[in-house]
Amino acid sequence: MLVFILRRLAQSAVVVVAMSVLVFAGIFAIGNPIDVLISPEADEFERAAAIARLGLDKPMHEQFLRFVDSALGGDLGTSFVHGVPALGLVLQRFPATLELALCAMLVAVALGIPLGLWAGLKPDSLAGRVIMTGSILGFSLPTFWVGMMLIMAFAVTLGWLPAGGRGETASLFGVQWSFLTADGLAHLILPAVNLALFKLSLVIRLARAGTREVALQDYVKFARAKGLAPARIVGVHILKNIMIPVVTVLGLELGSVIAFSVVTESVFAWPGMGKLLIDSILQLDRPVVIAYLLVTVLLFVVINLIVDLVYSLLDPRIRLGGGRA
Amino acid sequence: MTEPLLRVDGLKTHFLTRAGTVKAVDGVDLRLDRGEILGLVGESGSGKSVTGQSILGLVDPPGRVVGGRVLFQGEDLVGAGEKRLRAIRGRRIAMIFQDPMMTLNPVLSIGTQMVEAVRAHEAVSRAEAWERSRRALARVGIASPDERLASYPHQFSGGMRQRVAIAIALLHSPDLIIADEPTTALDVTIQAQILFEVQKLCHETGTALIWVTHDLAVVSALADRVAVMYAGRVVETGTVAEIIGAPRHPYTRGLLESVPSRNRRGVPLRSIPGMTPSVLDLPEGCAFRPRCDRPTAACTTMPELAGERDDRAWRCWNPVAAEVRGDAA
Ligand SMILES: Nc1ncnc2c1ncn2[C@@H]1O[C@H](COP(=O)(O)OP(=O)(O)OP(=O)(O)O)[C@@H](O)[C@H]1O
Ligand code: SF4
Ligand SMILES: [Mg+2]
Repeated sequence: MLVFILRRLAQSAVVVVAMSVLVFAGIFAIGNPIDVLISPEADEFERAAAIARLGLDKPMHEQFLRFVDSALGGDLGTSFVHGVPALGLVLQRFPATLELALCAMLVAVALGIPLGLWAGLKPDSLAGRVIMTGSILGFSLPTFWVGMMLIMAFAVTLGWLPAGGRGETASLFGVQWSFLTADGLAHLILPAVNLALFKLSLVIRLARAGTREVALQDYVKFARAKGLAPARIVGVHILKNIMIPVVTVLGLELGSVIAFSVVTESVFAWPGMGKLLIDSILQLDRPVVIAYLLVTVLLFVVINLIVDLVYSLLDPRIRLGGGRA
Repeated sequence: MTEPLLRVDGLKTHFLTRAGTVKAVDGVDLRLDRGEILGLVGESGSGKSVTGQSILGLVDPPGRVVGGRVLFQGEDLVGAGEKRLRAIRGRRIAMIFQDPMMTLNPVLSIGTQMVEAVRAHEAVSRAEAWERSRRALARVGIASPDERLASYPHQFSGGMRQRVAIAIALLHSPDLIIADEPTTALDVTIQAQILFEVQKLCHETGTALIWVTHDLAVVSALADRVAVMYAGRVVETGTVAEIIGAPRHPYTRGLLESVPSRNRRGVPLRSIPGMTPSVLDLPEGCAFRPRCDRPTAACTTMPELAGERDDRAWRCWNPVAAEVRGDAA
């Protein structure tokens, strides 16, 4: 297990290095980095000073080392609009997005797996068909439209839930979280459901397909022949096997949930990274856009690493290296 | 005659598929006494596995038991509820499947799969169940059982997995084990070992055994009695000596003549002409008619399973003469 973790850590490090080379190439080597890094309002004198300060007259490899050095030090430039370090700005918004994305995932898993199991165990029943039809809708309806419908129904017409914002927050580990207060939780429900919808459909389909396949396996019949209760067969023998593909896909999708949250955050005025990105693009705040990209890359790498570890916990064939005694 | 341990009467299991009704099992009769070993023989597709699974109510849809009775110690299992069946499965009647690579759940440790089997029927602590599992593994010849219990199926060879399955089947000292070709997927030396051990264990514990196979040589070494199946029906039944020494059904004789034998060296092996019929469209009357070398007009109606005794019978209008064959086992 330790060897496995070390090997995956090494692989992740390689990916991060490769990505930083790409980002470097994107910002510094292609096009004019001055345009990206210095406010368009800067005058001639400021430009010359900046070129010297950034070392743009130095050879390429030296520039790269400088970039790595400042990036490692957390310096990705200063926001034109807010006048504070771009990275800090992105990171400050990160908890709100993370909270929203994790809640959406939770909704997708907590609803999707039981529904998918049911549809897989009883594919011809009425409930099974309704679930599958619902999942097709979840796939095909556009997120922003569903988001607005949710606001119309639950915030405007029924008035049960707030239409936007994070609501009251409470502090944990020095970070503000909405889910810790009743008001914050009420604000979280609609955007989380909205963001979850697509993944929920995905989980239902994965769980259903997995269940239909696994239920026919000899080992399920053998479990029945042992006299096990249906709850144990479904809840352990089948569930553990379908969790492998579900966890893999969901883990990989967590990155895309964070990316997709751009739409939901805009619809629900949720002050996360996605909303910051849209605002920054509109205001041509380039350092913030770059910081967002870099943080997202790192996030993807870390998520993939965690997925692999969880996956190996679920599947002994991977954890133990597939060898035979 | 005392009540047998198991009596199967006219069992019918059909699969309602789009292509039509597959009459996989269409009137099977069997009987088995305590501690007895019955060989259930037949070509691929003759309905042996479906018969075995029907006894325990394990046939998956679209399959369904549509007729007959399965009397286990006098209790009819065909009408029994799922709850009652669950109490019998694994405890009174255990099952071992053909492919050991597929019968253990790949994501659960051997220990988990054995402990749950113990605790499905007895309210014992985990520690107690673990201890029972250890002993069961040791009994089927698996060394260092503690280490083995912590392992996962993929760390075992095919023969070892089948031993684990046998250990699970023996956990509750059942009255009957249904073994569905448990050695077919293994290589020959392991086959012989497992065969020998199962036989020994059944004799020790007084467990009756239905050993499903298409290999008559295995049956003659292992079983007390034999039932030969063809196209979803039992076509001949008798003791091993009777079936091997004096087969009456042409199909049984054909099967025997296709088995290599020491005493018939030099005589060319015969194979039964033709193929196993599709159970979707069986000929009218005797199902073996298209492949039989002695059909008569009578054969267009289905013969009954009849003979000298209840447990020495055949399903044929023109049975082979009861000469004693030279190579009787
Ligand atoms: N799920 C199913 N749907 C339709 N037909 C089935 C199904 N399962 C089994 N059958 C049919 O039932 C018949 C008997 O199958 P069974 O598995 O009992 O044969 P078998 O004697 O065990 O053969 P083998 O030696 O190959 O294991 C076959 O013709 C098969 O096509
Ligand atoms: S009943 Fe007729 S066709 Fe069938 S096995 Fe006997 S002789 Fe052959
Ligand atoms: Mg079979």
